[in-house]
Amino acid sequence: MFGFIVRRIIALFLVLLIAVSFTFCLLRLAPGSPFNLNEKQSTPENIAKQEVLYDLDRGIPSQCARYLGIKENNRGYYSGLLFSNDPAAGFPDFHRCLKYKDRTVNELIADTLPVSAIIGGLSLLIASVAGIWLGSLAALRKHTWMDSATMLTAMLAVSIPTFVTGPVLVLVFALWLGWLPVGGWGGFLSLLLPSITLAGPFIAYIARLTRTSMLEVLDQDFVRTAHAKGLGERRVIYRHALKVAVLPVVSFLGPLAAGLLTGSLVIERVFSLPGMGDFFVNSVLSRDVFLCCGSVAVYCTLLVVMNLIVDIAYQMLDPRIRLE
Amino acid sequence: MSTPVVQPPGAFRRLLKNRAAISAMVVLAVIVLLALLGPLLPFYSPELTTPQKNAAPSLTHLFGTDLNGRDLFSRVIQGAQVSLIVGLCGALVSFLVGTAYGLVSGYVGGRVDNAMMRFVEVLYSIPRLIIVIVAIFTFEKRLAALINEINPDWVAYSKVIILILCLGLIEWLSMARIVRGQVLALKEQQFVLAARALGQSHARILLRHLLPNLVGVVVVYLTLTIPQVILDESFLSFLGLGINDPQASWGSLLSDGKNVINPVKSYWWLLVFPAAAMSLTLLSLNFLGDALRDALDPRAKR
Repeated sequence: MFGFIVRRIIALFLVLLIAVSFTFCLLRLAPGSPFNLNEKQSTPENIAKQEVLYDLDRGIPSQCARYLGIKENNRGYYSGLLFSNDPAAGFPDFHRCLKYKDRTVNELIADTLPVSAIIGGLSLLIASVAGIWLGSLAALRKHTWMDSATMLTAMLAVSIPTFVTGPVLVLVFALWLGWLPVGGWGGFLSLLLPSITLAGPFIAYIARLTRTSMLEVLDQDFVRTAHAKGLGERRVIYRHALKVAVLPVVSFLGPLAAGLLTGSLVIERVFSLPGMGDFFVNSVLSRDVFLCCGSVAVYCTLLVVMNLIVDIAYQMLDPRIRLE
Repeated sequence: MSTPVVQPPGAFRRLLKNRAAISAMVVLAVIVLLALLGPLLPFYSPELTTPQKNAAPSLTHLFGTDLNGRDLFSRVIQGAQVSLIVGLCGALVSFLVGTAYGLVSGYVGGRVDNAMMRFVEVLYSIPRLIIVIVAIFTFEKRLAALINEINPDWVAYSKVIILILCLGLIEWLSMARIVRGQVLALKEQQFVLAARALGQSHARILLRHLLPNLVGVVVVYLTLTIPQVILDESFLSFLGLGINDPQASWGSLLSDGKNVINPVKSYWWLLVFPAAAMSLTLLSLNFLGDALRDALDPRAKR
């Protein structure tokens, strides 16, 4: 178990390294420079000067090495994602934001990640609880109107983009009924609409996953054994069957958590929330390599950590699975 | 020599017994027919502007008109053409890339397989949005210039082509994984060994013996990729990177429609009709995909 975790953490560094370098190169190869978009005064000399200032001069491999902190930068320090000996910068040093030049990427992430993480965490909770509940309900009453209705709603929920459901929910619950605030950041109530909108398609997806896997599990021998030894229906389902039936859901939750916690642009725009998703998309549009790579680094770390948690949870839920 | 295609007998018959699948196919057929025949039928031109701006649905304009006085019914049909083309061709691109990648990875095996799968994992760990946006910016102008050289009339379609390529190129990862998993299991079977013993080339084994056995899985996944690509396109439209006016896709119509939803004066038809068309299509595709999976699954009962 310990060795397994250590190996996974080494793998984390490799994935992080490759993903960030890939993003860096991709964004530097794309047409347009972070210094000449929407700025009239940027002459070629001006751009060259700024590129030297931000360590974006010379070849792309060299830029990337300096960004990662494995090569000396123009100020004579090693400062970047993996290593930093620059007293003026923290570790890991995500550098200065290129679009909002008075802010560092570290600050921006520190400001926006909590907002995204709270919304994402809440919708992850809603999606998994509601999804598993609805899915097992549909499986236990299979081929009844309840099963069909749940599954039809679930299919419908994955067929409409969130940028449509969001404004409609706002119209109904905030503007007509006046129960919840329209948007913005403040108080528990303001979190509800964004989290539910974000969770919507995933409730549906998880419900479908749970239903399929529950139907499979209910046919297995250990469920029959549990019935045979006289356990009550409730106990058989919730203690024995559900534990195994949620396994596919658990493995879906790993990548989902990484995606939700790092923010969704649609939700943030619709509900005007100061989250990470909007900054991330803008960073790609404005070729802000530092902000973009910083966000990718956060996403990758979360992804690997979540997948690790999923693997450990697997072992706890199903004693037949052993991690090597 | 014939290849044993692993397909349960009566899969098609089982599909026809599924009422949900039949209704899904009927709905899809109607939508596809409307999209195909739209230009031939006596509807308004989707780009014709009239003085009746934001008119409510009536007998002259079945779905009402939009901000520029264009007939929404015709725009929804044009949206169907664009969205269906993007969804279908995007899914086909993902199918070609994913299947080829998965076939090679699974068949060659060993270190090559390992390296190829690590590459897929790296791509999984990068938000797909970066790849799409960068690809659109990198190739859009070049493609438009290229098409302009061939035939200036087709320039309007360059956005559709770029969307097909870009969305196809980000949706192939799961397909590659699924195909690889199947190939790993199939290549150990007797008929592959027999084909090799007969001295058949690797290319022939891949195309004539392995590929036909993958049809079931691939078709199911293809059916489920089309709605995904249509949703992706609508998300790009939300960002303003999708189809541009005066052309329309369901995504761009929805994106315009959601802006006019407010309690003071709601032009609800601008959101409701495109949303209905899109969700009906995606719903049918998802139902069809599920029904196909049930029909092709050898363990399926009933």
